[in-house]
Amino acid sequence: MSDAAIETQGLVREFKKGPRAVDGIDLRVEPGEVYGFLGPNGAGKSTTVHMLTTLLPPTSGRAWVAGHDVVEDGAAVRATIGAALQDAALDPFLTAREHLRLQTALHGMTGAEARERSNQLLERVGLVNAADRRVGGYSGGMRRRLDLALALVHRPRILFLDEPTTGLDVQSRSALWEEVQRLAADRGVTVFLTTQYLEEADVLADRIGIIDRGQIVAEGTPEALKDEIGRPTVEATPQDPADLGRTREVLARFGEPVPGSPKGAAVRLGGGDADLADVVRALDAESIEIEELQLHAPTLDDVFLAKTGRSLEGEAAPAEPAPA
Amino acid sequence: MSRGSFTSVARALAWRNIHNWFTNPTLIVPSLLFPLFFFTAFAGGLSRVDSIPGFDYAANYTTWIYGFVLLQAATFGGVFTGFSVARDFESGFARRLMLGAVNRGGIVAGYWLSALVRAATTITVVTIVALIAGLQVTGGGIDLIGLYVLAFLLNTVAMLFGTGVAMRLRTMQAGPLIQTPAFLLLFLAPVWLPYDLLTGWVHAAAAVNPLTLVLDTERGFLVGDPTKVLPAFLVVLLLVALTILWSRGGLRSAERAA
Amino acid sequence: MRQVLLLAQRSVIRTLRQPAMVFPSVFFPLLLLSINSSGLNSATRLPGFPTDSYFQFAIAIPFIQGALFSAMSAGTNVANDIETGFLNRLSLTPLRRVALMLGQLTGILALGLIQAATFLLVGIAFGDGLAAGLGGVPVLILLSLTISLAFGCIGAWVALRTGNGEAVQGVFPLFFAALFLSSMSLPRDLIETDWYRTVATYNPVSYMLEGIRSLFIVGWDAEALALGFACAGGVAAIAITASSMALRTRMVRT
Repeated sequence: MSDAAIETQGLVREFKKGPRAVDGIDLRVEPGEVYGFLGPNGAGKSTTVHMLTTLLPPTSGRAWVAGHDVVEDGAAVRATIGAALQDAALDPFLTAREHLRLQTALHGMTGAEARERSNQLLERVGLVNAADRRVGGYSGGMRRRLDLALALVHRPRILFLDEPTTGLDVQSRSALWEEVQRLAADRGVTVFLTTQYLEEADVLADRIGIIDRGQIVAEGTPEALKDEIGRPTVEATPQDPADLGRTREVLARFGEPVPGSPKGAAVRLGGGDADLADVVRALDAESIEIEELQLHAPTLDDVFLAKTGRSLEGEAAPAEPAPA
Repeated sequence: MSRGSFTSVARALAWRNIHNWFTNPTLIVPSLLFPLFFFTAFAGGLSRVDSIPGFDYAANYTTWIYGFVLLQAATFGGVFTGFSVARDFESGFARRLMLGAVNRGGIVAGYWLSALVRAATTITVVTIVALIAGLQVTGGGIDLIGLYVLAFLLNTVAMLFGTGVAMRLRTMQAGPLIQTPAFLLLFLAPVWLPYDLLTGWVHAAAAVNPLTLVLDTERGFLVGDPTKVLPAFLVVLLLVALTILWSRGGLRSAERAA
Repeated sequence: MRQVLLLAQRSVIRTLRQPAMVFPSVFFPLLLLSINSSGLNSATRLPGFPTDSYFQFAIAIPFIQGALFSAMSAGTNVANDIETGFLNRLSLTPLRRVALMLGQLTGILALGLIQAATFLLVGIAFGDGLAAGLGGVPVLILLSLTISLAFGCIGAWVALRTGNGEAVQGVFPLFFAALFLSSMSLPRDLIETDWYRTVATYNPVSYMLEGIRSLFIVGWDAEALALGFACAGGVAAIAITASSMALRTRMVRT
């Protein structure tokens, strides 16, 4: 029996007539950790979550959640986890309070205990005033908050959040981040968070696993992953658009070109920050007048690019087969 | 406005609608199945009623029902085209048409052409099945021309009505509002029995329903003894004129929103 | 038991909060009844027609049409639960499958009860009443609910198998065909066309109609009632079994 909050060994999921959505994943998440599972659309994130939450049996490999085998001890797993999956999964004809009443009852809470828990959660996610309105009229942010509240009803030790902020506005996203951070910090809840947003993983996660085409390509803390790449990017935008070609040629002497803005040229500096002065001198020697010069520290997208040869932000892989 | 642009818009849109209809089973199958189904159910299940005293018709019950199903197929061909218009507005495709078409009248004409083709296809299929099932047509060439011209005029009325509603509402919510009047008009008529054998409120409704006249004339064409031909055509042409105005109003409404 | 009650409550609330589903399922059958009974009343003059009121003959039809609407409503609700992921949410709780199934069925029965009560009242108000008398009312309601359950579970089965609402809508023509190719418009022995009469004889919907009809026209016809209950109950049993199996596959949990 594993003492990790979540552990997998060689986890695989194949679909009929389809690719291997998850192709041998080994990971370990410690209790109380916020683990970010980052990857583009179709990478295998949701399929992994469905297997870990017992909604989908693995094709091969093993996984344990809260020490219980997900295949052999599914009921015990479900008792210890909460999940807010990719769809908000709400009934538009019920109110938030009715949702909570149903959820508390399904987890065996009755009477005063259920009411108190419902009120607590409504307050916590800021839905007290909207509690008796039907969910069909809720905004995307409100639905997500209710979704999270429902996942927390039975005080799970482990929380799975599958792309929880996709489609939300900036304010709603920040509110959800705060709640996730509070859960982890105050209550020691282990959070397994899948996301395609770099910033989200960077801000929230203690450790990140980057998944691409069903396999983990990198794993570590955000800082460690970025340090691994180590090299900053410089981007130069010429004043005269006609100089763009020459700007690119000059910059190409200092490192490999990377995607940048349409009006500028960008390279990852082979020699690190020290090269910056040489870049400026070289541009000056070519009499290229620069409107803007920026130095970017490595990002998780740079990590993804280094590991896969593709940019995470520009990537749109085919969607994962629907798990159900 | 050039005639060329009117024609080219109409042809292009008609091609697109006809192509979609023929290549999309979820559209074509119900259009063909429902009239066939009604024909089978009524002609097969109710044929005994032609032995009710007072039921005087010069052909068998299959022929009697064919007269109704012909009009039903024609009407619903127009109604379903109205649904297509509503769907196009809801999906945003119609906005593309409104912005791109040089001559917007050609848009309505395009939908009309596709409605005619849909109706012609459905009517052909229904007629073949009816002939196999024992349809007795004793009317001559002129009668048959009158029969089908009247049906296609009714198809035009239904299509223009549906288009007018769809262009005003511009969502699929228009569906029931298009379908319900057509349904009532068809069924508050001597569908299963002659007018004189109807009773109750349906008898009263049929008395004022223009479709009663049209249906009688159609059934007369089938047996070569049409009655009230001129009034039937006048009524339908009047409906065509009214629905042209209705659909033009709908087009203006859609233009303001585009 | 508590789980069943909760889900039943949700199912009923959901149904009642969709007037767009409830109203047409009651209104349209009554509209069609009105048109048919007026338009075909002269058919009662046919020798051997069991009543001199076509309304009395046709009042059974709305009970079946209402059940068809129940099928669409149940199927659509289940499909929505699958498409929105609500079924996944329920799967993550200690909820038992049988409780979910029973809860769904309760919603079907709630709608069926509203329909049956309405059609019965209309039948009494506008027709010659129930020949079976007051004692026939619970029998009629029970038969009607069994029919609603049968069709409702077929709708739920389609939704569970396919996971989408469009497939449920696509089944409607089949139900429509089942209703029309029956003794809906004329008694079976007055159907002249041989193949049609044969189909109607093998069609379980004919016996469901005739069972209900017998309570209005004859009173207590043991054979008609037995056949009506047997057909409705048989279809319901098959549909419930099929739905349960489909739910097991759909709600896969380790």
